[in-house]
Amino acid sequence: MAVSSKKTARAVVEIDRVIGKGEQYGAIDDVINDPVLAGPLKTPRWWWVGFAIAMTFLGVYLTSIIYLITKGTGVWGNNVPVAWGFPIINFVWWIGIGHAGTLISAILLLFRQPWRTSINRFAEAMTIFAVVCAGLYPILHLGRPWVFYWLAPYPNTLGLFPQFRSPLDWDLFAISTYGSVSVLFWYIGLIPDLASLRDRAASSFQRLLYGTLCLGWNGSAKAWQRYQRAYLLLAALSFPLVLSVHSTIALDFAVSQVPGWNNTVMPPYFVAGAVFAGFAMVIILAVPLRKAFGLEHLITLRHLDNCGKLMLGTGMVVLYGYTVELFMAWYSGVEFERYMAFNRVFGNDHWWAFWLLIACNGLAIQPLWLRSVRQSPFWLFVISIIVSIGMWLERFVIVAITLTKDFLPSSWADYKATFWDWSLYLGSLGLFATLFFLFIRLLPSISGTEVKELVHHDAHHGSDYLEDIRADFFQEGKTGEAGA
Amino acid sequence: MNETHLDLHSIRKRLEGLKGQDYWRGLEELADTEEFKTFLHQEFPRHAAPLEGALDRRGFLKILGASLALAGLSACARPPTPNEKIVPYVRAPEEIIPGTPLLFASATTEGGFAEGLLVESHQGRPTKVEGNPDHPASLGATHAQTQATVLSLYDPDRSQFISEGGQVRSWQELATTLATTLAGLERGTGLRILTETVTSPTLAKQLSDLLVQYPDARWHQYDPTHGDAALEGAQLAFGEAVTPRYHFDRADVILSLEADFTNSGPGRLRHAKDFARKRRVRHAEDNMNRLYLVESTPSPTGSLADHRVPLSPSEIVHFASSVAHELGVDVPAGEQPEILDEHFIEELVKDLEENRGSCLVIAGDSQPPEVHALAHAMNDALENVGSTVTYLEPVEAQPVNHRSSLAELVLAMRAGDVEVLLILGGNPVYTAPADLDFESALANVPLSVHLGLYRDETGIATNWHVPQAHTLETWGDARAFDGTTTIMQPLISPFYGGKSELEILATLRGDPEASAYDILRGYWRGRVEGNFDDFWRETVYRGVVASSESGTRDLALKSFTVELPSEGLVVLFRPDPGVGDGRFANNGWLQELPNPFSKLTWDNAALIAPATAEELGVRNNDVITLSVDGNSVDAPVWVLPGQAKGVITTHLGYGRKEAGRIGTGIGFNAYALRTLDRASTAPVEVARTGTRYQLVSTQVHHALDGTGERRHIIRSGTLDEFRAHPEHPEFVHPVEHFQADLYPPFEYDSYAWGMVIDMTVCTGCNACVSACQAENNIPIVGKDQVAVGREMHWIRVDNYYRGDLDNPELFQQPLTCMQCEKAPCEPVCPVGATVHDHEGLNVMVYNRCVGTRYCSNNCPYKVRRFNFLQYAELSNTATELSLANNPDVTVRSRGVMEKCTYCTQRISAARIEANRQDRQIRDGEVVTACQAACPTEAIVFGDINDPSSRVVSTKASPLNYALLEELNTVPRTTYLAKVKNPNPALVSEEAGVH
Repeated sequence: MAVSSKKTARAVVEIDRVIGKGEQYGAIDDVINDPVLAGPLKTPRWWWVGFAIAMTFLGVYLTSIIYLITKGTGVWGNNVPVAWGFPIINFVWWIGIGHAGTLISAILLLFRQPWRTSINRFAEAMTIFAVVCAGLYPILHLGRPWVFYWLAPYPNTLGLFPQFRSPLDWDLFAISTYGSVSVLFWYIGLIPDLASLRDRAASSFQRLLYGTLCLGWNGSAKAWQRYQRAYLLLAALSFPLVLSVHSTIALDFAVSQVPGWNNTVMPPYFVAGAVFAGFAMVIILAVPLRKAFGLEHLITLRHLDNCGKLMLGTGMVVLYGYTVELFMAWYSGVEFERYMAFNRVFGNDHWWAFWLLIACNGLAIQPLWLRSVRQSPFWLFVISIIVSIGMWLERFVIVAITLTKDFLPSSWADYKATFWDWSLYLGSLGLFATLFFLFIRLLPSISGTEVKELVHHDAHHGSDYLEDIRADFFQEGKTGEAGA
Repeated sequence: MNETHLDLHSIRKRLEGLKGQDYWRGLEELADTEEFKTFLHQEFPRHAAPLEGALDRRGFLKILGASLALAGLSACARPPTPNEKIVPYVRAPEEIIPGTPLLFASATTEGGFAEGLLVESHQGRPTKVEGNPDHPASLGATHAQTQATVLSLYDPDRSQFISEGGQVRSWQELATTLATTLAGLERGTGLRILTETVTSPTLAKQLSDLLVQYPDARWHQYDPTHGDAALEGAQLAFGEAVTPRYHFDRADVILSLEADFTNSGPGRLRHAKDFARKRRVRHAEDNMNRLYLVESTPSPTGSLADHRVPLSPSEIVHFASSVAHELGVDVPAGEQPEILDEHFIEELVKDLEENRGSCLVIAGDSQPPEVHALAHAMNDALENVGSTVTYLEPVEAQPVNHRSSLAELVLAMRAGDVEVLLILGGNPVYTAPADLDFESALANVPLSVHLGLYRDETGIATNWHVPQAHTLETWGDARAFDGTTTIMQPLISPFYGGKSELEILATLRGDPEASAYDILRGYWRGRVEGNFDDFWRETVYRGVVASSESGTRDLALKSFTVELPSEGLVVLFRPDPGVGDGRFANNGWLQELPNPFSKLTWDNAALIAPATAEELGVRNNDVITLSVDGNSVDAPVWVLPGQAKGVITTHLGYGRKEAGRIGTGIGFNAYALRTLDRASTAPVEVARTGTRYQLVSTQVHHALDGTGERRHIIRSGTLDEFRAHPEHPEFVHPVEHFQADLYPPFEYDSYAWGMVIDMTVCTGCNACVSACQAENNIPIVGKDQVAVGREMHWIRVDNYYRGDLDNPELFQQPLTCMQCEKAPCEPVCPVGATVHDHEGLNVMVYNRCVGTRYCSNNCPYKVRRFNFLQYAELSNTATELSLANNPDVTVRSRGVMEKCTYCTQRISAARIEANRQDRQIRDGEVVTACQAACPTEAIVFGDINDPSSRVVSTKASPLNYALLEELNTVPRTTYLAKVKNPNPALVSEEAGVH
């Protein structure tokens, strides 16, 4: 007993500090900007290897798209009744992943959670890239992708407008709004850092590039004041998006009358699922990133701990969603709903998918109750991977398995994904990874400005005193616990 | 190059030999010579046989122009020779209005018997067939296979030139060869002619004339599905051949001994119409007939039966004998089949006897002669003769046992007695009984000529092959099941220079130039009183020769004996519901047509009962070896509830070696097991091979028990239950539900189209499916696409089972787009490609569709079909098959959704016509394709805003219900619950309907 609690005590570090003690402005600039400004030849080898792998998958992606457009939707496993398959599953999965980025940048900013600063930049980038991957899916998914713009309300000689009652049209607006606000937010946040890069540029090309991108930032008080104002405004704009985008996606399902889709629980449950999956992805990206760039003192265990907590919280909400879904299916007394629930859980063909997703999303997150697990990058990484798979399975169950058996048994049919379904999925991972590798090489993946603000805060509004007291207190608490 | 020079040289040389008036007008004239042809073939392979490859556009237009310009009679002309004028379309023929189709009466033959047609022709291009309402064998209905005939017409795989050993030959060369050979045959010794069933009076006359001219020649007939047993049965019962004519419109109680009378055999469509008229029930006071049916394999007729018992072939003989014995026929009582209720025969006999004179016993074609004789004897004992069954003079020109006839021919062939063999139609190399080995016997025949639509197995094995003119390409005549004669007119001139039997026979008699038209007119001219031209015009126009029915006969029943068989596991041979005896193997529509019950497409299978499957330890897709008398084939297993225990059903018509690009090499050849003596069943040995084969079915199998039952999809009850609650039968409304909607209902101030499908009379025969495919340009998708659930049929027939696994009740439910008032598909389409129109149709705008497929997800009936790939032919990949397209219906491209439109093009045509005449569309003026084809008139369509319309009165029936009504989709298509009329004495004891 005493031994184990000692172990715990050793593994656990202080959690109220966002960044390490005694950081200096210059050092932060060095850490964040140097890898970006390094000449091409100084690019680390691991970056080249990763980038090459990512590009390979990007090639797979492009090949799959070309084949798809040449042959038609039939290259996938979709059929009647399962008219939506992998593309929609992956679309929802990607959109969900994006959510953590917005949550971190907007909501946590407004709630004045300083721990977001080190991770918001790459989380926002992750959001944008995930939206890119997600946004392409509904277009590719169309029978005639080349006329996707018919969903948009634009003046045309046909005199036709979109049909606004369709959730798919709401989707278009939700995704495009989400995409554009995310890009703006990210870009505005980048401007001071871009200026910093311009100022430290080693080559004229870098000067030109970052000089152009930073929009003539001069660091004046007026610039800072307006920057802060714009940033806060955009954060306020993004706030509802976190809730609305995935709610809208959920309406694609909830609005229909397909048993298993037609549930009012869908929007909140989708939002929770999205944040859940998003934090998993943040951890998947953060753990290798802090290692590779030596950012352990900026992306600290506190960050990981908090991500873990959020993952646990949202995961439990999702689990509650599953329960409510099953309960409502039974409680509704509707034969179709009841059978649907039964089929998901015990159906001959796909019961494994349901139980696997419960294992991934329900069981695998339970160790996160332990602080030691939350503060172990390795275990967090493993759990996050499992959660990502689980959330993919959840969409597979909701989209594909639900459709296999609806109202009339005569039209029930199975769904089998084809090679091209998988290749497009793996390819979209390649697209994401390619963009991410380019991002970490060309732009600062941690917001230097905001971290420096933190350093300033630490230095001038000294919390070290309180820090020490608190440290003592924890020490005592642990001893007491061990004694008991 | 050298050869070319040589050839040209020889042609020049030949020309030099000509003197004086022997001018040659063109290369055509030289075409007869061997040298020229060889030259031409080498130099211009495309022109040597202009129609050898795909028919090009110009060539088609030429033929089209010619046939149009000389609309009507001249449509049967051969492609124009330099002496014939073609007339430019500038001066259009009078009746032809571009865009408005014309209908021509004609007929198609099924097993030799005519079924009247009205063929729709668009600017000289036949695109669709409908039944001829004036024809007694059709009364407006068509069979699924008949609907697909248009596709066969345009089949690019049809044989396209006369050939000798594969080399192109001319008609003159064939005529010369025949003339020379025949000249050497004294009195025609060694001349044999093999036809299929002949009912054509003209052909029969030609044959008899030929036999007069060549007294030693012989005429044989062979059709693999010919009713030999019925013929022998009549011989047994009456001592002579006779054609029974069944009057289902007079029968209140029917006992069918495996007769699938609504769906196969001569008169099938008429039987279906008559049967349905006695069965249709709208209100509790309506009367219904009662059908007892025993059969080995589920049939469409069987699904209507009030008491259906699956019995093996030998059990049926026992059963028939027992019933006959009880009815007082002097035959032994058979053993009681295990599955049969012990009071069944007793109650059945009581019921029959109570309906003396208004009941009917009918035996199926696959039954042995004894059962047919027993049926005749029972009808006699029940005083049905003269009321529900009459006996007619044989309709066939020469009723013979086809298998014996063929056996006789093969014997002669083996003995070397056959010098010239003419095979007019049919494919005996493929269809002949396996033990005859027709193909090797054919090698003994010095000159064999095959006339066929395809250069099939027989066309390749014979010396000569002549392309046959399709039914829609040539003149002819044929008689229906009751003897009524139709003069069949062509709709288009033969694409590939095809010849009819009439022309071949005329050639044999020394007149190679005779045209079918002249021969036919020649025959009828001598048989008409009064003005021949009036007769001709009237007859050809109506499609029926007035009062040409066969005369009735009074026959005395002879005594006969019945031997009661006993057998173990047997295999049953049946023509395939789609491709028939194999003649439609290259027809994609029929290949993709899901078989009733099994819903298999693109394959045949060994259909076995669940109990037999357990016994044999096999499941679906397991390959088993079937062995009969040393012959064996490998066949995949399909487990079919409703099949009799111990019976393996195999469908003929598959395993073709030379069917064309569609039909070659799919399925297994069940003919390989079929011997001379065992044409319908044979004892079989089964061995498991351990391998698997992927069969493709459009539906997984569903018993209605469990969740299906609680969904109230099929609503069915008995007539007594209906009468107990005549206003609100419980089985029609098992659960009350309440309509509620946020939105106000649509208002319709003009028409409001609606449909009712009467499940009481729907047999699930697929005629609607095939008709819809023909009308709406629905593409076929191929086996691999059906396998992943992408078939395109706009109307499908769902089937469900209820009750005992070994003896289930069978249910059929045709499903089209329901045209919901509150269609779930409409609000979810982001681009408004599927919208509600002012007449209540849920219309699909193909060129607005972007293909999100949300509409399909949200459709609870799953009747929407998506073009996952480019299924329809594009303009740059089109073959002749595109000519079968209906010009009034858009051909859909890849990536768009499609579905049933209630034949909106037909509604439009009627609306335009009505507007022109400043009136409303009349009830019955718009007939959907499925409705028109339906043999039992199960589909009623019309304007629900018109209180006097048939559809309104039908929907007023207390049996009317909406499928999945609890979803508040308010479908325009509703169903009449299936009502059965079981014998009350049998229901109470069995606690269920069987």
